[in-house]
Amino acid sequence: MNDSPARLPLRTAAAVKLGNLSSTLSQKMGLGAGGMIGGRVALKLDPQALNRLTQGRKVAVVTGTNGKTTSTMMLARAVSALGEVATNHSGANMPDGHVTALSKQPDAPYAVLECDEGYFPAVAGASNPAVAVILNLSRDQLDRVGEVRTIERSLRDTITALTDCTIVANCDDVMVTSAAWNAQKVIWVATGTGWHHDSASCPRCGNPIQWQGEHWHCTGCDLARPHPNWITADEAMITPDHQKLELRLTLPGKFNQANAVMASAAAHALGVPTDEAVRRLRGVSNVSGRYRTIHRNGRSARLLLSKNPAGWSETLTVVKEANHPAVLVINAHEADGRDLSWLWDVPFERLRGRTVIASGERATDLAVRLTYAEVEHTIVPDPLKAIDQMPQGAVEVIANYTAFRDLNARAAADE
Amino acid sequence: MSESTIQIALVLPDLLGTYGDFGNAVVLEKRMTWRGIKAEIVPINYGQPVPDSCDIYVVGGGEDTAQTLAVKHLREHPGLQRAVTKNAVVLGVCAGIQIFGESFTRADNVTHPGMGLIDSTSHAGGSRAIGEVLAEPANGLFEGVLTGFENHQGRTVLGPSAQPLAHVKVGTGNDGSVEGAVQGRIVCTYLHGPVLPRNPQLADLLIEWATGTKVAPLDLPAVTAMRAERVRAAS
Repeated sequence: MNDSPARLPLRTAAAVKLGNLSSTLSQKMGLGAGGMIGGRVALKLDPQALNRLTQGRKVAVVTGTNGKTTSTMMLARAVSALGEVATNHSGANMPDGHVTALSKQPDAPYAVLECDEGYFPAVAGASNPAVAVILNLSRDQLDRVGEVRTIERSLRDTITALTDCTIVANCDDVMVTSAAWNAQKVIWVATGTGWHHDSASCPRCGNPIQWQGEHWHCTGCDLARPHPNWITADEAMITPDHQKLELRLTLPGKFNQANAVMASAAAHALGVPTDEAVRRLRGVSNVSGRYRTIHRNGRSARLLLSKNPAGWSETLTVVKEANHPAVLVINAHEADGRDLSWLWDVPFERLRGRTVIASGERATDLAVRLTYAEVEHTIVPDPLKAIDQMPQGAVEVIANYTAFRDLNARAAADE
Repeated sequence: MSESTIQIALVLPDLLGTYGDFGNAVVLEKRMTWRGIKAEIVPINYGQPVPDSCDIYVVGGGEDTAQTLAVKHLREHPGLQRAVTKNAVVLGVCAGIQIFGESFTRADNVTHPGMGLIDSTSHAGGSRAIGEVLAEPANGLFEGVLTGFENHQGRTVLGPSAQPLAHVKVGTGNDGSVEGAVQGRIVCTYLHGPVLPRNPQLADLLIEWATGTKVAPLDLPAVTAMRAERVRAAS
């Protein structure tokens, strides 16, 4: 067997070349990061580009509502123990982003692709993945992505049809379990993550789901929490051969421990020894600007990205201990979801007694939510100005998608 | 005189809470507490009997299977229906407007019986209505424009016993011309946002119905600013 990718047909090769050229031009002209335009050009010239560019490579696809970018980076780091890995680091997680990433590393025998949930059927269909990681499914941008059950249904249909693919699935998530239930090969990971608000009723038969501690089962059909092969256990993980390994991650939070165990299980399925995988993913500290700290006028602001109620709920837990002042930044562009109703599903009440600034283009919507949560706050729409108005010292900045992206780019330009 | 507490039933938040509908209950509770009226939220989860003793019932939106399960539960435990005969105040959002009616027909053409609280029928429309909505309150029900965000495929036709809540200026609502329904003390709407944080006048109307007294104005600058922004954005 040859471990290097197949030679590209002439049409794909030309498409890739022109695509790469557009990426470079886009970057040089300051139009963008070049993460998508190259792929968009290549896909226009050769609609089969994704299929052709993945042939001969071992591909892993990572999808789910939260933790995709971090888990993808962790998995890519772990798999690099086996050889060069092509991966879409920057969150450009649709086919044009995949083609761009694959075009830039045509000789990498491995590819780890972060994939938007909505594009999973198309990408899994085109790239013939060896491994697919399904992290979690919860409400997110309902006006753009659609309702959780629609996504679960499309993942389920795709996964059931995949042959020669190992599915790594979170068995503490009812939606994910249902999506992976009929997979030919599946590895179940207990992540211990806890957003249950979208799974009171069974996605398969509509009957109530009953929870008893960590166990759950449907009261109407045979869907139930499978016995996990890998377990996330308080800063550690338990492997299928009952070995306990300390995680000691650089990244904070329970959800990153879950991401690490999912990535380790996927890496293991691709042939990476678990000790080696964990050693490598411990080093992940800054994921496209997430978790990095910026220093401004005596303030050190940690940047955290949260896009939906489950993500915010986890992030508020992470920032709970230190009681630092918090800048909360909310936008509502199409990529964020234009309906901000979800702000009312976030337990902002936990921030009572803190110094809080509401920021972002939709700072007033957030201010209304904080008012009714009885969290005292001021409004400063520009997040950098908001950081400057905080007392000197540590500041937590939590922003949703486009707010985070813009803030991160401005902070990087300032440095 | 004994000081009674206004009980706000949050109906099946585990099934019908997809669009931040908890917010409507919070707004009612806070707007009463801040004015010295005792109020509390009573969540009623799936599997629990529905009491008929609450003063206000808030019912939210949900996905299709959850909505079907919710109707089944509410028909088996008809506390909400009994409360309506005792003049309770009810707010139904999105799924609410569909399940309170006589019937609702899904995209798969299956017709489900509703709870029969509102003279209306709902069916699936051709396209999903998504976006900001502005509507003028009907019959001078409250001051100021009604603002919200809609995301639904259902279309609703009102019978003679139900009045529209508002007349649509921007967006779709029930059918492109009217939005929501009012019958007795039941108010239904397709609008999220959620609707009560966006429309404090409507929240206060429900409070006045429940308490039987006029409430003093409540000046919340953030709410005024947000309403102005949303109205500008939709116009």
